[in-house]
Amino acid sequence: MQTNPVIKLADIHKVYHTGEVDVHAVRGISLEIFSGEFVALMGASGSGKSTLMNIIGALDRPSGGHYLLDGIDVSTLDRDALADVRNEKIGFVFQGFNLLARTSALENVEMPMLYNRHRIQSHEQRDRALHALELVNLSQRADHHPNQLSGGQQQRVAIARALVNRPALLLADEPTGNLDSQTSIEIMGVFQKLNDQGITLVMVTHELDVARFTKRMVILRDGKVVTDEPVPNRSFAEKELQQLRAAQQAVKLAS
Amino acid sequence: MRIFASLRIAGRALRRNKMRSLLTMLGIIIGVGAVIGSVSLTSGATKQVEDQVSSLGESVITVFSGNFTSGAMRGGWGSAPTLTVADALAIAGLKNVVAVSPEVRDRAQVLANGLNWNTQVMGESPDYPQIRNWGIASGAMFSDQDVRSLAKCAVIGKTVADQLFPNENPVGQTIRIRNLPFLIVGELAPKGFNLFGQDQDDTVVVPYTSHMHRITTRTFVNDILVEAANDKVIDSVQKDITDLLLVRHRSKEQDFTVRNQLELMQVVTSASRSMGFLLAGVAAVSLVVGGIGIMNIMLVSVTERTREIGIRMAVGARAADILVQFLIEAVTLSAIGGSLGIIGGVGFSKIVAYTKDMPAITPVTWIAIAFISSAIIGIISGFYPAWKASKLDPIDALRYE
Repeated sequence: MQTNPVIKLADIHKVYHTGEVDVHAVRGISLEIFSGEFVALMGASGSGKSTLMNIIGALDRPSGGHYLLDGIDVSTLDRDALADVRNEKIGFVFQGFNLLARTSALENVEMPMLYNRHRIQSHEQRDRALHALELVNLSQRADHHPNQLSGGQQQRVAIARALVNRPALLLADEPTGNLDSQTSIEIMGVFQKLNDQGITLVMVTHELDVARFTKRMVILRDGKVVTDEPVPNRSFAEKELQQLRAAQQAVKLAS
Repeated sequence: MRIFASLRIAGRALRRNKMRSLLTMLGIIIGVGAVIGSVSLTSGATKQVEDQVSSLGESVITVFSGNFTSGAMRGGWGSAPTLTVADALAIAGLKNVVAVSPEVRDRAQVLANGLNWNTQVMGESPDYPQIRNWGIASGAMFSDQDVRSLAKCAVIGKTVADQLFPNENPVGQTIRIRNLPFLIVGELAPKGFNLFGQDQDDTVVVPYTSHMHRITTRTFVNDILVEAANDKVIDSVQKDITDLLLVRHRSKEQDFTVRNQLELMQVVTSASRSMGFLLAGVAAVSLVVGGIGIMNIMLVSVTERTREIGIRMAVGARAADILVQFLIEAVTLSAIGGSLGIIGGVGFSKIVAYTKDMPAITPVTWIAIAFISSAIIGIISGFYPAWKASKLDPIDALRYE
């Protein structure tokens, strides 16, 4: 473990003012996540995990407390500076993939580079996008549009898009929520592979099965951290896939 | 974000909804097309009128006799017998005067070839074709000698020639005016209708002396045509004529009027200028309507693509990037619409010009005005939707279904 954390949350609060009642979604969370970690943020709905996710993702600012992302205090930045932080420091993977329709996989992956503060030559954009697609084993589908790709492939394009600006942090919000169990394991396999290469990952999920692929589990309840511990009996995607295939084969043999 | 990338994104978004983009542009296309079409046709017509005015001779000054007053009755311009041939000869001696023709006009029944025709019989000097910028189609103009000798010779216009000498060369033939035989020495080139719709070719021109002594018995001329050396000296020549005639007529009141063709030209151009204002008004209205169409569709587009905006913001697009993207989309729509409108308008005016046999001229300035104003309309009508898009909250936009 390194001494400088990628994420350092210090007593984070978030209050929503909705009409007469103030909703206290996050009530004092302090958390440090270091480079190379793979963390699952868990909790029931209303536990504040989505709010915390938005704050970590620099989509929202905390009402109180400090958030240092890669050494930068994000809690005080304005809208444009937050946009730049999202562009340079964070890669997002969403539950619904959120790819641009009728736009090729390659162009989807190139999109974050359009918003880079530093000019990136178009041939370099292309090279980097192709490289990112290679990391998720999709370079041969670069010209396909999202509607020509399966759910798992679309999510892999989304992962490539998240990686293309070489972020300090990959943030996944229920990345397997729209996928069947086998594809989910495949996607977790992609995450594990990326984590092995040194990429820091934070993933929000409510599925314990999926969380077991991570290294550390943080469980929230009522806007507070109730559990923060390493994952016991960690699952490995390769092994799980083998077992699943064996089981499928057994069913086929039996019938 | 770079403009080129924005253009590519805009182009892709517009191509995604080809039919809708086309319908959105239609307002601008029709508006710009109508304006360019009508501007082309009116400037063609204006050009035609200007050509006609200059065909009268640009540096021509006309001296009309004055208002004849008898008791309480005032006869109007040209009614007073005040201008004489001597006045014309005196004017000919002025500086910068190159040609003078005293003009006497009368209508008469003319006969030739067993046919007859009622036409305008003009008494003029041999300078007349030069002053009126009028060519001789065949034969020649009568000479100063003919004027001095009160010669019975005439030059006829094309209409008269066609009416009296169908399929025949009139030159060398005889025409009877008020029962006097006149030898036709020349035929004028066809000149067509003048500004007031009169057929200028429907005329017989004889020496003014012959006219005043043989056809009519007049001692005064209707008016005097004067050609100045060039259009720059017109004002000074006009002033000299006025001074000269005041002295010659020894009258306290000016009993004549001096007019020039440039004044007439100014009337015509002021008419075309008010036509231009009218067209600009029509253009403004149609562009506003087109702009509202664009704004409407852009608002729909922003709502429809809320999620896309959320995605772009999540990966780091600033509010300004989103603003520029939608603005460029709106401007692209209106600029393409404007260009198509220009092409359509020019095409339309060419077709009308071809079928109606009239000139159509599309001024380059109007093309520029049409293009720039449609682009500006795009910016104005695209701004509110684009601003609305850029103000979206990324979290809300991402959750939008």
